[in-house]
Amino acid sequence: MTMAWVDVCAAEGIDAEDVLRFDYEDRTYALYRTEDNRYFATDGLCTHARVHLADGFVSGTTIECPKHNGRFDVTNGKAKGAPATVDLGCYPVEVRDGRVRISLSSEGTG
Amino acid sequence: MSTIAESDHKVLRRDYRLTGPEAVIAQERGLVSADWYQSPVPRKRMKELMQRSDAPAIRDTVIWLVLLMATGWMAHLLWGTWWSLPVFIVYGVLYGTVGDSRWHEGGHGTAFKTSWMNTAVYHLGSFMMTREPVSWRWSHARHHSDTIIVGRDPEIAVQRPTAIWRLLLLFTGLPQVIAEFRKLIPNCVGRLTAEEADYLPASERNKAILAARIHVLIWVAAITASIMVGSVEPLMLVGLPTLYGRWMATVYGLTQHAGLAEDVLDHRLSARTVTMNRVNRFLYWNMNFHVEHHMFPTVAFHALPALHEEVRADMPAPYNGLLGAYREIIPALIRQANDPTYFVQRPVPQVVLAS
Ligand code: FES
Repeated sequence: MTMAWVDVCAAEGIDAEDVLRFDYEDRTYALYRTEDNRYFATDGLCTHARVHLADGFVSGTTIECPKHNGRFDVTNGKAKGAPATVDLGCYPVEVRDGRVRISLSSEGTG
Repeated sequence: MSTIAESDHKVLRRDYRLTGPEAVIAQERGLVSADWYQSPVPRKRMKELMQRSDAPAIRDTVIWLVLLMATGWMAHLLWGTWWSLPVFIVYGVLYGTVGDSRWHEGGHGTAFKTSWMNTAVYHLGSFMMTREPVSWRWSHARHHSDTIIVGRDPEIAVQRPTAIWRLLLLFTGLPQVIAEFRKLIPNCVGRLTAEEADYLPASERNKAILAARIHVLIWVAAITASIMVGSVEPLMLVGLPTLYGRWMATVYGLTQHAGLAEDVLDHRLSARTVTMNRVNRFLYWNMNFHVEHHMFPTVAFHALPALHEEVRADMPAPYNGLLGAYREIIPALIRQANDPTYFVQRPVPQVVLAS
């Protein structure tokens, strides 16, 4: 299946070790850039109480939810600590010509 | 013959149970997992404030545990003399009061940068405070989702109308510990209470039951040790400080929300920030910055003073010490004993400085 890539931002449009909210159609996503310049994307709302993860704290490859400090691994969406117990959907990301794009052709894989 | 005031109370007395009709009303009023007011802080500054560090928490934890062991050893050496009394008072506070703030920060997972250290301190604090760690993690999450929302928040310390005797008993720890054993005992035989079932997801239930059994086992070990040596001393060192050392945690804890508004979506109206000296801030791990903590729970205790400075223009003025807070809390709670509709209205700045 060919992937439908969606342009999100310039590669430098997100700081290292940070997260950016990205709304597309009727959904919201979170784009991450790690300290070593890898990019990942997950669903934008925490699976615990549907809070925007983009207000959270990125440390290494972990995003900490701003509401109850639930933690997820941004590389695979896995819930790492209560009260986050349900994994996030993940989306492929590529950087091409200085732009970050994510593939939203399918439901995120957790 | 009932007076008008009494019949009013019957009407006005609210139902704080999580399984009662107020839970439904809160939902209907849009108060459940709602969007709360947040003071504006630029993302770049917020990132700085959210940074984690092991050093402050390791320093404080080493000091705490050394003091705890030293006073425990002294209490043992002085056992049977009156000199042990002041030593037990200090030991009790280090156990039954400091355990509370360490439980709290460890539970948020923000105190240390290293995850296992948060977990270790959380479990130690949980036992010291007689709190089964799994269900309390979830009840505290609920407290953060629905802070002082009646029918939703399981951690409302003073319900209206104020029951003065119950309030005074909170300083002995008895109501808290009895309430916890009412959960621990059914948990030990594999049952959850209705309230726990309300906030504990299915995936966590067996973990809660296991943790309850471990806590009860430690209590049984302490009781057995006391019986075997024919002295209450082992229990005075492990177990009972959760009661006789808790009074100061209650002094701190009541400053958080008591007497303030219920059912509002702005922590500035339902929580207090109180300035405190260094000793109190060490014992309480900066939870005196309580509005800031609720508004931004990802900021660790050691960064709360800086966060306080960052948002102070958008906050009501902090209370001047414990005395300043209690000058408001005591009359407010006494008044709420007769008038459950009364609450302290906090002055919120109307103009937010451009960030
Ligand atoms: S909303 Fe994310 S951990 Fe609760």
